[in-house]
Amino acid sequence: MSLINLEKIDFGHGGQRVLQGVSLSLNAGEIVTIVGPNGSGKSTLLRIIIGALKPQNGKVTRQEGLRIGYVPQKLHIDPTLPMTVNRFLNLPHAVDVKAAAEALQTAGVVGVGARQMSQLSGGQFQRVLLARAILSKPDVLMLDEATQGLDQPGSAAFYRQIDAVRRDIGCAVLMVSHELHVVMSASDRVICLNGHICCEGTPEVVSAAPAYRELFGSGTGGALALYRHDHDHGHDHNHDGHHHHKAAE
Amino acid sequence: MLDDFLVRAALAGVGTAIAAGLLGCFVVWRRMAYFGDATAHAAVLGVALALLFGTSITLGVGIVALLMAVLIHGLSGQGAAVDTMLGVLAHGALALGLVAVTLIPGQRIDLDAYLFGDVLSVTRMDLAVIWGGGALVVGVLWWHWSAMLTATLSPDLAYAAGINPRREQLVLTLLLAAVVAVAIKVVGALLITALLIIPAAAARNYASTPERMALLSMAIGALSAIAGLRLAVIFDTTVGPAIICVAAFIFAVSAVGTALRRLRGA
Repeated sequence: MSLINLEKIDFGHGGQRVLQGVSLSLNAGEIVTIVGPNGSGKSTLLRIIIGALKPQNGKVTRQEGLRIGYVPQKLHIDPTLPMTVNRFLNLPHAVDVKAAAEALQTAGVVGVGARQMSQLSGGQFQRVLLARAILSKPDVLMLDEATQGLDQPGSAAFYRQIDAVRRDIGCAVLMVSHELHVVMSASDRVICLNGHICCEGTPEVVSAAPAYRELFGSGTGGALALYRHDHDHGHDHNHDGHHHHKAAE
Repeated sequence: MLDDFLVRAALAGVGTAIAAGLLGCFVVWRRMAYFGDATAHAAVLGVALALLFGTSITLGVGIVALLMAVLIHGLSGQGAAVDTMLGVLAHGALALGLVAVTLIPGQRIDLDAYLFGDVLSVTRMDLAVIWGGGALVVGVLWWHWSAMLTATLSPDLAYAAGINPRREQLVLTLLLAAVVAVAIKVVGALLITALLIIPAAAARNYASTPERMALLSMAIGALSAIAGLRLAVIFDTTVGPAIICVAAFIFAVSAVGTALRRLRGA
């Protein structure tokens, strides 16, 4: 039974077609990554799924009572709005103190509860967004280029965290990224988007697909290898078989 | 106790300031100051229409402010150059109201009372309207607090949590119209926005959470109302502007205090 199902979605904005005939479904527990160049409609697709945008054609079905933990690309908090991390974690629903502290720990950022959101570093901020998303006990965690502004080791660590979170709470993960080298190896399925779905499948299938290579060139192969190198030396990470590196090597 | 016009004035001022101080936080957080101006200026047109049709001023102001608020809400969804439209609507409605008031036959109206407030002439009925309206604003904000705060932070976070941010914005807009209707007697159409944003702005740097900022803003508003009334009586000036002067003074002190804290911290 799929959590989210999109059927032949068309979306246009100001006379411009952004998405055309996009169908996809997300099953419980799987990690799906949407990759695509800038302007390919990745964020638009996520915003359609959360209900912020209405497609002109097509059908969006969400499992009844589906809980979405959404981590936006960036979050601008108006400087006139005071907001501690702890208060932020309680939006929109109050959570107990212990759960909030645990979520921060799971997200890999400890002891920042009393701080103002504006005082956090980029990496801490993204982790707090992740912690808030976890607190809603989501069926699906949705991340929109959540590692923007992080350096490469930082984003690799962030993705390992997401992987750990997924194992912890057993949610599905739907994420959007252009950081192919980091993301692809951690995904069960990759969808390559450029207004329409160019190709999809396991990371190996997609990275070998002609449509993918046409969009991204073959240069990413080197970066993929680089990440695997990092990954193999990741001391705090244990491999448990749902990555597909071996097959591609 | 309510027989004393000063007591009635103080109660009217405090009731208005509490509602405006609370709602004003959202006006500041969401950068709706101009939005408030447009709704408030439309109130003058409401006064003219109320006099023309012989209905109560509060009703006339309430209806016109409500229509203006809904109109602006609709426009803001279009993504057009909203500030220009707001400017046109705000000043267009104000000018039309000013002209219309002078055209009403057989009436010599003290326009100042509607532009700058006339809290010393508040009746028991006015007081009931002010506290009723104020309680409505505080109650609705209390009820919608979490959803509104989430929608204010990020519409997308709200959507993902099943909250419709457009709906929350509409509720805020309607509450703004209610505050305008309530506040016109106290500070007048021209200074309502000041009563919304100055206490909130003064509270900002002394609060670590939205709730504390809201409480502090309400307290600063209430203090301004009482001190402003007292000063107006002593120096025999108009009350509405005196209230805003006190609020602005508190803001200035808070800004200096913040600057000093920064200096010491640096």
